[in-house]
Amino acid sequence: MDMNQYLDMFIEESKEHLQAINENLLSLEQNPQSLDIINVVFRSAHTLKGMAATMGFEKMAHLTHDMENGLDLMRNGKLSVTQYAMDVLFSCVDVLETQLNQIIETGTDAGVNVDSLVEQLKAIASGKPVAAATPAPAVAAANVVVPPDATGTGNLSLNEYESTILQQSKEKGFIAYQINVELEEKCVMRAARAYMVFDAYERIGEIIKSDPRVEDLEEEKFENEFMLVLVTQEDVEKVRKAGLNVSEVSNVTVTVIDVHVSAPEAVVAIPQIAPIIQAAQQVAATSAPVAAAPKASVQETTKKPQLGKSVRVDIERLDVLINLFSELVIDRTRLEQIARDLGNQSLYETVEHMSRISTDLQNIVMTIRMVPVETVFNRFPRMVRDLARDLNKKVNFVIRGQETELDRTVIDEIGDPLVHLLRNSLDHGLEKPEARLQNGKDETGLVELVAFHSGNHVFIEITDDGNGINRQGVLKKALEKGVVDQFTAENMTDQQVYDLLFHSGFSTAEVISDVSGRGVGLDVVKTKIESLGGRVLVQSTPGKGTKFSIQLPLTLSIIQAMLVQIADEKYAIPLSSIIETAIINKADIKKVHKQAVIDFRGRVVPLLSLEDIFSIPRPDQQNLDEQNVVIVRKGDKMAALVVDSFIGQQEVVLKSLGKYLTGGVFAISGATILGDGQVALIMDCNALIH
Amino acid sequence: MLEHKDIVEEIKVIVFRLVDEEYGVEVSQVRSIEHMQKITRVPRTPEFVKGVINLRGIVTPVIDLKARFALGEENYTDSTRIIIVAVEDMEVGLIVDAANDVIDIPVNKIEPPPAVVGGINKAYLRGVAKLADRLLIMLNLDKVLSNEEIQAMSSIER
Repeated sequence: MDMNQYLDMFIEESKEHLQAINENLLSLEQNPQSLDIINVVFRSAHTLKGMAATMGFEKMAHLTHDMENGLDLMRNGKLSVTQYAMDVLFSCVDVLETQLNQIIETGTDAGVNVDSLVEQLKAIASGKPVAAATPAPAVAAANVVVPPDATGTGNLSLNEYESTILQQSKEKGFIAYQINVELEEKCVMRAARAYMVFDAYERIGEIIKSDPRVEDLEEEKFENEFMLVLVTQEDVEKVRKAGLNVSEVSNVTVTVIDVHVSAPEAVVAIPQIAPIIQAAQQVAATSAPVAAAPKASVQETTKKPQLGKSVRVDIERLDVLINLFSELVIDRTRLEQIARDLGNQSLYETVEHMSRISTDLQNIVMTIRMVPVETVFNRFPRMVRDLARDLNKKVNFVIRGQETELDRTVIDEIGDPLVHLLRNSLDHGLEKPEARLQNGKDETGLVELVAFHSGNHVFIEITDDGNGINRQGVLKKALEKGVVDQFTAENMTDQQVYDLLFHSGFSTAEVISDVSGRGVGLDVVKTKIESLGGRVLVQSTPGKGTKFSIQLPLTLSIIQAMLVQIADEKYAIPLSSIIETAIINKADIKKVHKQAVIDFRGRVVPLLSLEDIFSIPRPDQQNLDEQNVVIVRKGDKMAALVVDSFIGQQEVVLKSLGKYLTGGVFAISGATILGDGQVALIMDCNALIH
Repeated sequence: MLEHKDIVEEIKVIVFRLVDEEYGVEVSQVRSIEHMQKITRVPRTPEFVKGVINLRGIVTPVIDLKARFALGEENYTDSTRIIIVAVEDMEVGLIVDAANDVIDIPVNKIEPPPAVVGGINKAYLRGVAKLADRLLIMLNLDKVLSNEEIQAMSSIER
């Protein structure tokens, strides 16, 4: 069978599983007792193993198999969740990622060496370090002895969690029963009957386990009988009757489960459980929600991931869709213009209706391209964890707003700048635990990564509660590097000093560390963000912390722009750069250092002639008393651009100038096609303001 | 050698004219031939970059080949054409005085270029095809469309 057609699917799904494992291992590190999490990791590893084996990636299957063994031991309480075990598991994920990348590139996983990891896994799994490694889980293990079952439903096996529940209920005076329910042979709606039995028992107690699992019962994946474990205060007879009262139930056998509490024997007890791991695996899946919310046990299917409501679409098809739609927007603009020129009422109405529909369509098309920032954010917890360990710092890393959506093109590009800013916060921002304690702060530092929508922009903020930016340190460095002179340095505002951090070739780290501070730093971040049409700002309070905020446009391909005319040429200025338009008197133009300036709302703003900058040919010289200007900004700097006239505001589709000219044109970021089919250039105001 | 000649490889070329000379580019590199149309000037680019056109929704840069090779004044007439060529994934329009022929030429008829042909540096040439009644100058488009000059231009600006 040709596997190539499945390769893409395999890669996609493997990525998802690896990400899931990564995330769950992180939360397991926080809650080492949680059997639920171990189970989720186990299942992901199991699925990965199966997929890798099917695809013939033996090394990958081999590694996941050993991971699975280790996790299985953890799940069964034979292996404690130690720091060492976690580290080995994390390195497994790293190696699996490497393997996957190699599969993507070369189609085989043969090149990655897994032997040493497999050895480590085996060492852990062999149980050697287990006994002494760390304190055993706080919950005392319970030894559950079940009398052999006459009906032959199979042995009862309980995991650590369930045993604990049984033990606790016993202490509180509850009795645990194993109930075997048999349905009549002719029973048609077995799932419904099972539900009714569950319902009946939930009225008198709490079901902590069932065999088969609830999901399987609901899907009628069982013969005529099933088993429950019920915790209740009622006596045997009442329990038996509660089951028999449900119609089409032929027989109910109730056995009392004997719960021995014997912590020291726990280790001895485990081999008894071992042979029936398969059953435990099924059990674990249902146990927690049942205990947490008894009512939810039967409707548990809602917990399953919602499938079937989304489709995977090749990203290239989406790009084609967007391009086609862009053509439509251009033609729409054209039609609007024609309709206006012709003045035909019915044509005008039709065009207007079409415009409305296409605006709706545009919104939908644009949202299809939107991807939650989660896809970028989800790799950060792991990175922050590793980094904090390398730096010997304690960090509480909080992510909020990961559901905020951004255009896919922006998502693809935003990862590296964020990595850089996060590293920066951890390395330069947060102090060492000792220093924090000395400053009267909590030993554990806080780093927050927050994303949110506002207007036509998405903001991403990275906040730390570290030491803030050291003004003197930055200035000293800036003077050393010759970025500013002594006089300017003394008169700079704090904000201006902080902005120096984004100056190229600037790094304030005293010691150049591996983490950040290689001198190529924040300026690269800034360039990248600006190339995406965004802005990056920094705020800082000495001793309290630093906040980097990134402002990004929602989408890149269709933007709002102001069309202006200069002589015979038309240019589009992105609305995001424009503060306002104004008319100025020639008499109000002043000269400062040979630069024409105007006074705009109390600020001195340089006046730039686009005619000169773009050497626009003009047949006849004009000399007007009044001039139209567009006030544009870059950060908090402004400039006034002289234009002949304003054509109006419209949506334009951003297009590249073609590869031949890309990167070579000053102050032009692209082009767009106007309603009349002509090309207008889109101005890059950032390049005009220094 | 006659029998060898029969199986010789041939290439199909588009023939165009600049001033008085005839030039050829391989058909495989030509996307389309367009009439002269309104070109949007792109400021601060070399003199031979005439600007960009809307080619069925794709913004395509256009250069004037005569200006590129310093062969004389631009003089657009009814026969002026824009040949859209593609080198790798880069599409560029070339303004030429006329384009009206497609011919097959045997590869072995193409001779290495002399140092200078018709005022064009041989670096830009692939060779010269000597046919029975005409001389075709074959262009080396990779070199002609190298955008080193464009990039150099931008580094001066900044």
